[in-house]
Amino acid sequence: MKIIENIIRNTKPKFEKGGKYEKWLPVYESFETFFFVPAHTTKQGSHVRDAIDLKRSMMMVIIALLPALLFGMWNIGSLYYMSIGETHSLIETFWFGFVKVLPLILVSYGVGLGVEFIFVFLRGHEINEGFLVSGMLIPLIVPVDVPLWMLAVATAFAVLIGKEAFGGTGMNIVNPALLARAFLFFAYPAQMSGNTVWVHGISDGKVLVDGFSGETILGQKINGVTQAYSGFVDNQLSTLDLLIGNYAGSVGETSFIAIAIGAIILLYTGIASFRIMFSVFAGGFLMASLLNAVAPAGNILMNTPALEHMLIGGFAFGAVFMATDPVTAAQTGKGKWIYGFLIGAFAIIIRCLNPAYPEGMMLAILFMNVFSPLIDHVVIQSNINKRLRRAKVSHVK
Amino acid sequence: MEQLLDIFVRSIFIDNMVFAYFLGMCSYLAVSKNVSTAAGLGIAVTFVLVITVPVNYLLNEFVLKEGALVWLSAGFKELDLSFLSFIMFIAVIASIVQLVEMIVEKYSPTLYSSLGIFLPLIAVNCAILGGSLFMQEREYQNLAEATVFGFGSGIGWLLAIVGIAAINEKIKYSHIPPALRGLGIAFLVTGLMGIAFMSFMGIKL
Repeated sequence: MKIIENIIRNTKPKFEKGGKYEKWLPVYESFETFFFVPAHTTKQGSHVRDAIDLKRSMMMVIIALLPALLFGMWNIGSLYYMSIGETHSLIETFWFGFVKVLPLILVSYGVGLGVEFIFVFLRGHEINEGFLVSGMLIPLIVPVDVPLWMLAVATAFAVLIGKEAFGGTGMNIVNPALLARAFLFFAYPAQMSGNTVWVHGISDGKVLVDGFSGETILGQKINGVTQAYSGFVDNQLSTLDLLIGNYAGSVGETSFIAIAIGAIILLYTGIASFRIMFSVFAGGFLMASLLNAVAPAGNILMNTPALEHMLIGGFAFGAVFMATDPVTAAQTGKGKWIYGFLIGAFAIIIRCLNPAYPEGMMLAILFMNVFSPLIDHVVIQSNINKRLRRAKVSHVK
Repeated sequence: MEQLLDIFVRSIFIDNMVFAYFLGMCSYLAVSKNVSTAAGLGIAVTFVLVITVPVNYLLNEFVLKEGALVWLSAGFKELDLSFLSFIMFIAVIASIVQLVEMIVEKYSPTLYSSLGIFLPLIAVNCAILGGSLFMQEREYQNLAEATVFGFGSGIGWLLAIVGIAAINEKIKYSHIPPALRGLGIAFLVTGLMGIAFMSFMGIKL
């Protein structure tokens, strides 16, 4: 730590006004504040000071993402070895997934931060930390075999159109990570959906063990499978298996337990809103129960128990890490309840009633991102009206 | 009943006037600076659509369609006047908007004061003509279906304009690149909203 501090202190004059590398000041600052709390003080506006700033809260989200990431790596290795019929030790399995996922992370960070740095120089603002989280979320919500150039294009699109066009971190209206996924989903559906993309190697036509299927659970249900399985039809999943999450899906979305650990970290540190998280699950649960009640016999998705809906697919991941994005979610307290509730409900509606998409979480969150300013407006307006009425009543007295 | 519900949901979310067909864009982009004005215009559009689509439905059914004039005389069986639809629909819409304006002014001054300025604007809104033309093209079976379709399209348009107005209010304080301010960012926002509305493509009730 001392060494780093010395380097940063000693190189500072070179980056300050008149110094040799004056133009690179934003880059220098981003490294400085990454390691140490910056020395400058608040000049105007709010004077409440706290050790937790944007950078540190973003780091907390990344820490919360680690369990899902690590489990995702192991899961990829495990499914791959299952598909070629080999068994390997825990370390080897994990290592295989690590080697597969690392390029995704590197590309996502490289491209996203690259675009961000270009904008920093063009527009002269400070480097924002917002992409630290988006860059980690993007690899977690794509299939493992997505071609790297596609990931690069999608990341660049999301950062450019979704964020920098609106003025950078904190000003975007839709979640950049989800926008990247939506871009991939609509532009390259063959690499983003279907039953061959979720386990490494199937799409390249590698030799598989007979009977192995790399479908996600929701994909199985759309194709008429009543009892969800992982890999082989006789490998049926119990509720405990669903909680652990050793089945096909996007890199980080499968394990409910790993996501729950992340959720606890986020809630304990107060970074994510418990209102949103809770109401997404409540909305999804109620809508799924409602559909259960009216479902015609034989419709597998509508007859799936409400609790199972919470465990499968990207529901939990979206609820914990995507819906709670403080920038794109509703800002008012009451608005957060409405926002979360509608996300949960829409996600289940799209899942069950829209045969075009097996999973609805991504689109449900994007849809509510777009309408969250409206929710806030309505909540604030109704509050104003309520107070006005109260004011009038007391005036009459 | 189920059919009506299907038409309603479909016209709001799937065949949304703005996001699926880019109709009514001029007022959608021009009058979306704040939510209450946008809501006023949206309600006015819904109001006019609910009236003009059924009227044009009757017109189409009994005058314009091939063989529609048989009620007059059996000799008109072959007659197809649908080449007149554009001009007839526009005339009907313009006159109905005028009529509605006068009636509303007379009987409900409060509604008039909130809708008043928007009503003349709507006469030339392409979402309204589009509503009537879609009604003709999709061959709705009866008056109820046409009315529900008009209502749903209006609500869909209202949702779109109120949504973008709220976003515009929010991004008023954003640090948008100067070249994109105004219409540029409005088109980007519309595109992003369009992606969000893709979630309903293909829903079957």
